Amino acid sequence: MKIGVVTFPGTLDDRDAARAVRHAGGEAVALWHNDADLHGVDAVILPGGFSYGDYLRCGAISRFSPVMEPIIKAAQSGMPLLGICNGFQVLAEAHLIPGALTRNHELHFLCRDQTICIENVNTAWTSSFSQGQEIVIPLKNGEGAYMCDDETLAMLEGEGRIIARYVGENPNGSRNLIAGVTNERGNIVGLMPHPEHAIDSLTGPSADGLGFFTSVLKSFISGGVK
Amino acid sequence: MSLDTVATAKANPDASQPFAELGLKPDEYARIKEILGRRPTSSELAMYSVMWSEHCSYKSSKVHLKQFGDKAVKTDALLVGIGENAGVVDVGQGYAVTFKIESHNHPSFIEPYQGAATGVGGIVRDILTMGARPIAVMDPLRFGPADAPDTRRVLPGIVAGVGGYGNCLGLPNIGGEVVFDETYLGNPLVNALCVGVMKHSDIKLAKAAGAGNLVVLYGAKTGGDGIGGVSVLASETFESKGPAKRPAVQVGDPFVEKVLIECSLEIFAEDLVVGIQDLGGAGLSCATSELASGGSGGMKVQLEKVPVRDPSLSPEEILMSESQERMCAIVEPSKIARFLEICAKWDVTVNVIGEVTDGNHLEITWNGELIVDVPPRTVAHDGPVYNRPMAQPAYINEVAKQVINVPIPATADEIKVTVLKLAATPNLADKSWVTDQYDRYVQGNSIQAQPDDSGMVRIDEKTHLGVAIATDANANWSYLNPYEGARLALAEAARNIATAGAKPLAVTNCLNFGSPEDTGVMWQFAESVRGLADGCLEMGLPVTGGNVSFYNQTGAVAILPTPVIGVLGVIDDVRTRTPMSFDRAGLDLYLLGETEDHLAGSEWAYMHNQRGGVAPTANLQREMRLIDLLVAGRTKKIFTAAHDLSQGGLSATLTEMVLRHNTGATIQLDNVGMALLSETPGRVVVAIDPAQTAALTQEAVTQKIVLTKIGVTGGDSLVINDAKISLVELRKAHTETFAKLFG
Repeated sequence: MKIGVVTFPGTLDDRDAARAVRHAGGEAVALWHNDADLHGVDAVILPGGFSYGDYLRCGAISRFSPVMEPIIKAAQSGMPLLGICNGFQVLAEAHLIPGALTRNHELHFLCRDQTICIENVNTAWTSSFSQGQEIVIPLKNGEGAYMCDDETLAMLEGEGRIIARYVGENPNGSRNLIAGVTNERGNIVGLMPHPEHAIDSLTGPSADGLGFFTSVLKSFISGGVK
Repeated sequence: MSLDTVATAKANPDASQPFAELGLKPDEYARIKEILGRRPTSSELAMYSVMWSEHCSYKSSKVHLKQFGDKAVKTDALLVGIGENAGVVDVGQGYAVTFKIESHNHPSFIEPYQGAATGVGGIVRDILTMGARPIAVMDPLRFGPADAPDTRRVLPGIVAGVGGYGNCLGLPNIGGEVVFDETYLGNPLVNALCVGVMKHSDIKLAKAAGAGNLVVLYGAKTGGDGIGGVSVLASETFESKGPAKRPAVQVGDPFVEKVLIECSLEIFAEDLVVGIQDLGGAGLSCATSELASGGSGGMKVQLEKVPVRDPSLSPEEILMSESQERMCAIVEPSKIARFLEICAKWDVTVNVIGEVTDGNHLEITWNGELIVDVPPRTVAHDGPVYNRPMAQPAYINEVAKQVINVPIPATADEIKVTVLKLAATPNLADKSWVTDQYDRYVQGNSIQAQPDDSGMVRIDEKTHLGVAIATDANANWSYLNPYEGARLALAEAARNIATAGAKPLAVTNCLNFGSPEDTGVMWQFAESVRGLADGCLEMGLPVTGGNVSFYNQTGAVAILPTPVIGVLGVIDDVRTRTPMSFDRAGLDLYLLGETEDHLAGSEWAYMHNQRGGVAPTANLQREMRLIDLLVAGRTKKIFTAAHDLSQGGLSATLTEMVLRHNTGATIQLDNVGMALLSETPGRVVVAIDPAQTAALTQEAVTQKIVLTKIGVTGGDSLVINDAKISLVELRKAHTETFAKLFG
């Protein structure tokens, strides 16, 4: 199974995401922002970084990259799509996920090992976890505070679309401790912390992050997303 | 202003020129005239003034730095030595590693965020220029007192700048230092280290060889920022009067640098350049003259072809501009099409601005008129050399007579209060407030980062080969005895990578001092260099390069002599490294090395305002045996954990060990006060499974290192003799300091 990993100018975690895909047993395919061709991939990851230097707003320029057009189209038809950190910001800018990511409440970049609780195991990217499982993966961002209006928040809570929440003190001021959100269909996930940096305990705080990548592989073996 | 051409200079030989304002001394100006056989044009004057500044020419330090070559050990590990953008060492398996530290002190005081950010940007380009992929950065930082109002301005800005630039480049920040002392109040130190990795065959050098090859400028467009920055950097101290220097500080754009890195690595991978140089201090003046003198010596540049942000820039300003994120490459004509194609892919601005020529003249024209015609070596390498007068300052003998008089804890209460005070003092307190603003995970190869003794990165995912780096300086010791201070810092940095089990391989340095025109400062500098060169020779470690930063003073008061020493080591399998702490009960704790009465220069003495005494003497033979023991302990799997003793002595080491994984320890010490507070060098605490006792004893006997059992791990407290400190209380003391000061 082929998983595309997009590189925008300023993307940083593309090699890490590709490594995580390989560790999980998949084939990673490099996708270039300026090439509007998905090269036959079955799923796509928008990795972290500072695409276009975070000019204007995080993710605001990348969202219009040529490669985003086929990605948006395929994701709307059910292709699994994971946006991590800057990738989450791109998903929000592309309106594939509701809400927005704003400046951390303490107003500076924060990198730390973060415990999150997996609250929805019915998405393409979280099915390897158990409901309520607590995992530790790195959090590292300057603009990771998840914001949305009350109505959207009630909808997300009501529909169980908050896939992961921060455990303990709120690290960045996100509403309802939101760390990750999915779309209605469960194929698109936006996640602020970095599972690709937690695929083995040698280089990360744990190997807990691998579950996101094995989930998507499993979803194909079991016949695709609902 | 009309264009000052070579023809004008010849026709009008006596025109008065602002050489003094550009930082040149009358005799230096006279020498330029002698070299050229005429007065320089204004563009030539601009070039000589920046290239002959202290920062670029090392004119005050050169005569001393020679020792790093003269006393060097013969080693096959050194692939590229001093003189290039950064030294390169062989780490095995076909890999070469390049690393270097540079200072960006003065700009960071004026504009903390941009000063620190461009400090990171500059050193990363130096590493990239060698042909390497940058893989990590570290930042030794020094500030005024933690509670001083200006530190609240300077520290958060510098930390945000280091993080803002490094994070955006995708480089893990794997260590550094944060040290406070009043002498840094008006002159903080921002040193930035970068390490890069490449295959041996990929090493690139700064040389413009082959007549007809093209000179290509790529990266950011040239703007008016940083003009005269070099002069500010190195030739002036901060006084309350004088014009504002803000516009002279360069402004960085890490996004442009990130794209420049990826674009350059793609260009290198296809072997498209003959030589390459980044544009840093002295901008194009430096790049063109260094490339030309590194090659056959001839080059023609059409300056109007330089892409500019501001069309009103004069040729002099373009030559002096220190706009960031620019590179200059020498490319064969047959490869230029592909070079331009890769730049286009990455949307990087590029233009061919000249060509390599026969002969030994660097000729620069502006719309067809010759404005520079110089032998490039005279600009890049034949700058003035000063053998500045020096004399041992009077304070040296005075402080040596002072007896340290500080409270030495003896009762349970006194021990507890002392350990908690040390845990909380800004120099020893938890630095997470700083380091949590740096990305330590990006690239997925970080094995160790702060608060470990050293940073460690994996360089091969299959073989698990890795490198470890530590930077250290103990300015308190250097103040008391600069010769020993440098040797002690070298030993400490080497020990800090050896605790993880890595073997020291090479040394870099960043020598931060006051004004070289002060005879006492010059003596401190000379003694430090002598100490470092002697130490490296004794330890068999080559110095691969470094940086000198003078004029770090406020008015007449110089900073403490601060030679920051970086040691790089290699570890054949990062999976087997020895961690700095333990996470289980039932391990035995041993102290390696003997404790003597060494309170001079210690943190405890500093906390009691006592700056005198006699610094310890570095015993490098014993340090080398200790390093061998630590490496053997790792390969033979004797250790569960190992952690260095330095500032704050055993008290600080135990605090850091028990808090790391929230596992306590019970310690029994004779002469408890001195045992906790002394900073005798060459000591390490190790944790072992009791089954390894015989193996550890055997290694200690072999290496003739004194071994003392000091306790066992376990529990939820740090118990020292009769004193019991709960980990909750200890953690609170250790972690609250920075949040209270800067949060």
